[in-house]
Amino acid sequence: MADEVVVFRVWDSPFSYRVELALALKGVNFRRAEEDLKNKSSELLLYNPVHKKIPVLLHAGKPIAESLVILEYIDETWKQNPILPVDPYERANARFWATYVDDKCLEILWRACWTRGEEQQKCISEAGERLRTLETALEGKKFFGGDTIGFVDIVVSFLTPWMEVLQEMARIRLLEEENYPRLCRWVRDFSSCDVVKETRPPREKLVAFFATLKPPN
Amino acid sequence: MGSDLPEKGLVLLSSWPSMFGIRGVIALEEKGLEYEYREEDLGNKKGPVLVHDGRPICESLIILQYIDETWPGADGAPCFLPADPFARSQARFWADFIDKKITDAGANLWMTKGEAQAEAKKEFMESLKLLEGELGEKPYFGGETFGFVDIALVCFASWFHTYDVSGSLNMEAELPKLMAWVKRCQERESVSKALPDPLKVYDFMLILKKRYGIE
Repeated sequence: MADEVVVFRVWDSPFSYRVELALALKGVNFRRAEEDLKNKSSELLLYNPVHKKIPVLLHAGKPIAESLVILEYIDETWKQNPILPVDPYERANARFWATYVDDKCLEILWRACWTRGEEQQKCISEAGERLRTLETALEGKKFFGGDTIGFVDIVVSFLTPWMEVLQEMARIRLLEEENYPRLCRWVRDFSSCDVVKETRPPREKLVAFFATLKPPN
Repeated sequence: MGSDLPEKGLVLLSSWPSMFGIRGVIALEEKGLEYEYREEDLGNKKGPVLVHDGRPICESLIILQYIDETWPGADGAPCFLPADPFARSQARFWADFIDKKITDAGANLWMTKGEAQAEAKKEFMESLKLLEGELGEKPYFGGETFGFVDIALVCFASWFHTYDVSGSLNMEAELPKLMAWVKRCQERESVSKALPDPLKVYDFMLILKKRYGIE
């Protein structure tokens, strides 16, 4: 099909989830191409020869890689339910927070859940600071995007259920209600959106999956 | 940030050797905008900040897009990035690649030794070769017109001498098309104004090494 939309993904990846959520928000039909990261398909290697990673969006035979790049492409190609604001300053703000999450939050949050002992305490402390900063972006707003889900909400989606599951398994609480009232409220509001409920991976499946991973040394 | 920022107009807070700040200068010059450049000691961690009518914009690639979208070309469209969404996505992809692959590898050429440096050398040269392949026979990464990816990469040009010496690279011989592209970009007033003297950058690197206690 000339206009076919395919997402090369793995079911447990918060990165390919971003792409799927964006497409679902816009009501775009797409096919999921599930990858086995230990045995990547020749198609994936053809479509993302530089990084060899998921997600890749294939639209009308043209591949796009890198989740944030894909999100911008989706917003520019399908104009309904815009993800990014119109105003250039607001767009810059949204891009800033998305980059902040990717560059400053993801890794430290992951490490806070997988390390132990003194290193874990350091990671938890640093992660806490990053979350505090992230929370300021929610001031006076229901979602990062305002009244509706937008670019930053999609990027932060890994907080639920991924981070919830990881915190439970690590037996730590990073997102305490009393310390992060806005972020906790965001998690509840985001989770109750129909489009999120319909697209996110099942919590139990994630629990089972993460249980098979050994904590990195 | 300084408390004496003007309510109206453009201020670029940057550090003269910073390739990220250089991106901002090129973009502002390309658009022919009036702006104030303020030198700040950004250290290693902070990037340039563009202040427009008192509001800050951070991160060099975000600054580039902001400038492009706020002051579009004659036809009302941004012109650093191409018009077609797929072409735009490719430009964003390569700019992201440059940030991921060139920045740290380049820094490690002078910050590290031994195995770490050898690793950095490999990554640096491989990444530039890939970019050179992407350039192909085109005059610019943007095709016929100087654009987003050109700005994202040419900002490193003043550091090439430093990388060459520190990493024993010989970039001129290994990357002839890319070096020709650098010279082509330098013919643009915006670029020649923005790029500092490579020898001054080398001296600056030596100062940084002392500051960080690197041998």
